[in-house]
Amino acid sequence: MADPLGVESDEEECRICEGEYVVLKRGEVYKSVQVEKRKKVIFEKQWIFMDNAVGQLYGSTFEVDSGGILNLRKPKQDEDSTDNKEAGLDNRHIVDDGKSQKLTRDDIESLKEQGLKGQEIIQQLIDNSTTFKDKTEFAQEKYIKKKKKKYESNVTVLKPSCRILAMMYHGREPGKICHLRYDTLAHMLTMGNIHAGSKIIVFETCAGLVLGSVMERMGGHGSVVQMYPGGGPVRAGMESFGFPSHFHETLHEFPLCKVNALLSGTLNLDEKDMDSQSNDSADKEQSGSSQVSSGGGEEGSSEPQSMEVSLDPAEAKKREEREKLREQKAQEKKAKLEEKRKRLAAAAALLEGRNADGLVIASRFSPCSALLCLLKFVAPSRPFVVYCQYREPLIECYTKLREQGGAISLRLTDSWLRHYQVLPNRTHPVLLMSGGGGYLLSGITVAAAASGAQQKSSEPAAKRIKLDEITSTADSSA
Amino acid sequence: MSFVEYSEFIKEGDVVIIFLGHESMMPIKVEAGAQTQTRYGAIRHSSDLIGRRFGSKVTCSKGGWVYVLHPTPELWTVNLPHRTQILYSTDIANITLMLDLKPGSVVCESGTGSGSLSHAILRTIAPSGHLHTVEFHAQRAEKAAQEFRDHKVAHLVTVRNQDVCKEGFGVVGVADAVFLDIPSPWEAIVHAKKAFKRKGGRLCSFSPCIEQVQRTCETLLEQGFGEICTLEVLQRVHDVRSVTMPLVYLGPEDGGPESAKMTTDPAAEEARPVANPGYQSVTCRTATPPREMAGHTGYLTFATKPRG
Repeated sequence: MADPLGVESDEEECRICEGEYVVLKRGEVYKSVQVEKRKKVIFEKQWIFMDNAVGQLYGSTFEVDSGGILNLRKPKQDEDSTDNKEAGLDNRHIVDDGKSQKLTRDDIESLKEQGLKGQEIIQQLIDNSTTFKDKTEFAQEKYIKKKKKKYESNVTVLKPSCRILAMMYHGREPGKICHLRYDTLAHMLTMGNIHAGSKIIVFETCAGLVLGSVMERMGGHGSVVQMYPGGGPVRAGMESFGFPSHFHETLHEFPLCKVNALLSGTLNLDEKDMDSQSNDSADKEQSGSSQVSSGGGEEGSSEPQSMEVSLDPAEAKKREEREKLREQKAQEKKAKLEEKRKRLAAAAALLEGRNADGLVIASRFSPCSALLCLLKFVAPSRPFVVYCQYREPLIECYTKLREQGGAISLRLTDSWLRHYQVLPNRTHPVLLMSGGGGYLLSGITVAAAASGAQQKSSEPAAKRIKLDEITSTADSSA
Repeated sequence: MSFVEYSEFIKEGDVVIIFLGHESMMPIKVEAGAQTQTRYGAIRHSSDLIGRRFGSKVTCSKGGWVYVLHPTPELWTVNLPHRTQILYSTDIANITLMLDLKPGSVVCESGTGSGSLSHAILRTIAPSGHLHTVEFHAQRAEKAAQEFRDHKVAHLVTVRNQDVCKEGFGVVGVADAVFLDIPSPWEAIVHAKKAFKRKGGRLCSFSPCIEQVQRTCETLLEQGFGEICTLEVLQRVHDVRSVTMPLVYLGPEDGGPESAKMTTDPAAEEARPVANPGYQSVTCRTATPPREMAGHTGYLTFATKPRG
């Protein structure tokens, strides 16, 4: 049947370009890097030059040679050449004395230096193992898999996606994302009904991973306002998604320290206000670049400094150049401040309407105050989700929300995740499992309750202690 | 209203969710002149719903009140009329993430069932994606198609009444993702392969039984799929409540003579003060697990079809 949407024409989209963010993969290890020619990146204790990846298709696997150069592997090369027919039935006679491998560490090192590929080294290890042929088929497979993990130096280059980045961060740097496990992130995006065309408020300190995930689900439609504590929003994780530039137009940021002002209608958007924030850095800049001590009001002035008395033409020229530079810097600073002011005004305008379609919080900060405050910007009948590594802060949020009203369907959840090894006659859950992935509080906003007394209580009343449960010692018959 | 786009005010023809209280909701289709009975009384659509803002409190004829909510796929999942066993949001969330679904994705799904996952997919792939969903049961296929129309998402989905194991999804070379929730998924793998775009994509198979998973994984491997991974995910709910526990009485602090002696003199017993002067207890705010929870829904197997 003809495809009504037209044949795929995204061949270009499939090729790796210089400057793009990609994810390197080997086994279950991922790393996000930017493709830059002649620049070394380190991955799994190897230095790699990404040059040969440019122009290749995403999903390609490369062999890394001893010089860090990538060589494209043909897909069919993956065949196992080990057609070992000889195998044992069980391990009753196999003694693990640590001497079954005849190759020493030095031998293996020299093999590596000779430029032997991973597959070849593994074959050498098999040939020089006295016990390999006695192992059961399963044990042989397991052995080869283990050696592959150690000696193969392949790397696959993937296009970033929420799934890949979430797994990467959780495996590599969970501390940076408040130990948010990828299935919990999946819940947040689903329970939050994140979709194209909505206006979502995000407050996260997960290196930008949550922000990027929200943006991916919005596909460049709608808008995202990122609330940030401190000096500026952190977006490194978001950059790793490699979004097209028009996605960035949907992204705004707003400082949390100005939220109260915005809510009370006293937000000051004047340039003067902006100035006070960047004054310190500006002053430092000035004193560093200018060798002449001058008052702050001299900026932009083209008059020669009266303190300089030298009449040397070269000196004068230098002075002129310094003036120009100072002027240029002043102009740039002014433009930057204006830009910053515009952006703040735009973000404020988005928030002021108090009609956001959702709220996502995932941070190391205590969530309660942020939640109660930011909910004010959300329209009624919209979902919100709050992630916290710990349970108690969310219990507090739940309690406060019940008291103040304005939210229903409150649910405190966490999820249990388990991977399985599925192999013929060897199917079982994987031995190691994640201990926890954090907690989520989700709910739906409603028009603010007129009075708290009309709460539709969803918790059973705290159990009343029966009088006879409090026994006096005199009654004790035990 | 649509399931893929928010709106502010209720219009005739909308599907809305009435929230009656904890774990008690119902979907209704808004019609001028119609009435819906609830335990709090009748809701008159024309006066109580049409033109009202989503999220408003609506007073019913008997005086009680409810909230009227904008539909979302998640609310739909817990309120839809079941024609089959459905997928719940826990599995749906993971499927969405692991299949790399986003606006513009083209997805092939079978079986449609009661449309629980379908609605969630449509929400995620809108406005530019498409869902090709296959259901071999004629009435279920028609009911799903009708619901998609009611929910204003019909432009994003094509329902086909056929057997995916014999005839595939009805399209080739278009899918970014394929989802299978059928009794014999291994029979559909070959068709799934054809449905993918040339650059490949992600596949998911949901099966309640491990034997099904084993056969499916074997077939995936044979058919050249990579990154084969099977997992299961469960959600635990924590019931937040205040818990009061009595404090144990350990006798008077100073270990006075009264407590030391065990006298059987009735006069003395009466004279002794009551064990707990005003019963003492401690209250804490905590969260407890429910008595029972869903322990298994199904195994989720994911794989990547490479370029080919």
